[in-house]
Amino acid sequence: MSAITIRNLEVWFGVDENRVNAVKSVSFAVDRGESFGLVGESGSGKSTILKAITGLAPTWHGEIFVDGKTLNGTQRSKDFFKTVQMVFQDPYASLHPRHTVDQVLSETLYLHQVQDIDVRVIKLLTDVGLGSKFRFRYPHQLSGGQRQRVAIARALAGEPDILLLDEPTSALDVSVQAEILNLLTDLQEERNLTYLMVSHDLPVIGHMCNRLAVMKDGEILEVMSVEDLRQGSANHSYSKSLITASSASLSSI
Amino acid sequence: MDLLSVQNLWVKFPTRQGIFDAVSGISFNLGRERLGIVGESGSGKSMTGRAILRLIQKPGRIEADHIKLQGENLLDLAEAQMRSVRGQKISMIMQDPKFSLNPVMTIGDQITEAFLLKGSTTKAEAWAKSISMLEAVSIRDPERVMRAYPHEMSGGMGQRVMIAMMLMPDPKILIADEPTSALDVSVQRQVLDIMDGLVKERGMGLIFISHDLNLVSEFCDRVLIMYAGRIVEICEANKLHQAKHAYTKGLLNSLPRLDRPRKRLDVLTREDIWAKTDSLRSL
Repeated sequence: MSAITIRNLEVWFGVDENRVNAVKSVSFAVDRGESFGLVGESGSGKSTILKAITGLAPTWHGEIFVDGKTLNGTQRSKDFFKTVQMVFQDPYASLHPRHTVDQVLSETLYLHQVQDIDVRVIKLLTDVGLGSKFRFRYPHQLSGGQRQRVAIARALAGEPDILLLDEPTSALDVSVQAEILNLLTDLQEERNLTYLMVSHDLPVIGHMCNRLAVMKDGEILEVMSVEDLRQGSANHSYSKSLITASSASLSSI
Repeated sequence: MDLLSVQNLWVKFPTRQGIFDAVSGISFNLGRERLGIVGESGSGKSMTGRAILRLIQKPGRIEADHIKLQGENLLDLAEAQMRSVRGQKISMIMQDPKFSLNPVMTIGDQITEAFLLKGSTTKAEAWAKSISMLEAVSIRDPERVMRAYPHEMSGGMGQRVMIAMMLMPDPKILIADEPTSALDVSVQRQVLDIMDGLVKERGMGLIFISHDLNLVSEFCDRVLIMYAGRIVEICEANKLHQAKHAYTKGLLNSLPRLDRPRKRLDVLTREDIWAKTDSLRSL
């Protein structure tokens, strides 16, 4: 059974002449323990798919299965949030500026109805490589990479099986990006997590994922394996141009 | 002659622990070329860009032997005179369209605003020029975008709107602070080509601030690598892969690459000495 199955997903915003079809009849499946990448230019609907899964897109149509269970509308059960969690793009915007790391994590654990919150907060911080000395800091006392670690810790609080990663490193420096990507690789190995990762950075997707879908204007052009990506053997001309654009800069170094 | 000459520039912020040097005595010249400044966040690259335009907020201080724009020392100008430099002679493309665009003004009003303030043009001309600039940064349906508000734009579109806005007055020097970090590779290329064209056609100087080593090595003529407010290495952009400084090498190695798959990425190890040695003098 696959972790996430999406069939004929349509997401739109606005009504009548202002209607924008952000995602048009998209279907794909992500296996358990797999990393699946969604790539495409901004506005291609890749983040919108993640929003539809988490119930943040108000109007959608089609079928979404998570762990074999059908999702409806924008309401999600508590079980859903124990299975699926999301890490957002911008760690500067996704952490409450007036909550300490401890408050952020304790509240999340409380909502997941976890016992021994005190012990678990420290464990979460250790798991993401921060350690307990960061527990009572505010977000402004953390660097970008440390904030993203806190965001990952928050996502891991409910011990989910599936992580939705929306450009988790695009706001970070390359040196910090390497640390966060290594952390994600380690966590996946330890916990057998399933990743659905959105990025516009092909090398990052190539590093993290097994398979990827290339999106343009709300549609999936093709699904390819990472080996195809490395060899540049794409079928669609748009995916080819994407690959050339990102490997051109690499060949010079 | 050099368009811009910066000599011994310091940016200082007083803190409770004493003076913090965001930029520590850097010197460089800019001709009609594309100069890249790379480094991590906090390395002082954005502060350098802002200091040239004297945009450092108090209590921050700018100190330098000189910052000369075509022979004229910008440090000697009064604040009112600086206003005719900012935007008109030296234009700056800011990092984040979310914070740099006015959320309650339409794109059209914002793009034409500065242009109309200069006088001498009618609203219709400004509108027409804006449309053509938006087309130049490859925005589809510019008429609709002109009437839209920033929250209706995606990040990439917002960034292109900003670039269009900054190019309106035909500046001599363009300071681009991470202009393409919010864009995807395919659009990045288009935007860079536009900027490249401007630098060549109009003889503009470009200071390109970025953390993306690949991009800078490919797009710029010369690269300054900054660490802790200092220039640690200066090299020809196409020779970046021969870089000697351990920091530059570390940054290059931490990039994931399609052609060389690895299980884990190398993590940069920092050495204290990097932040203690004096800034390199520009060639």
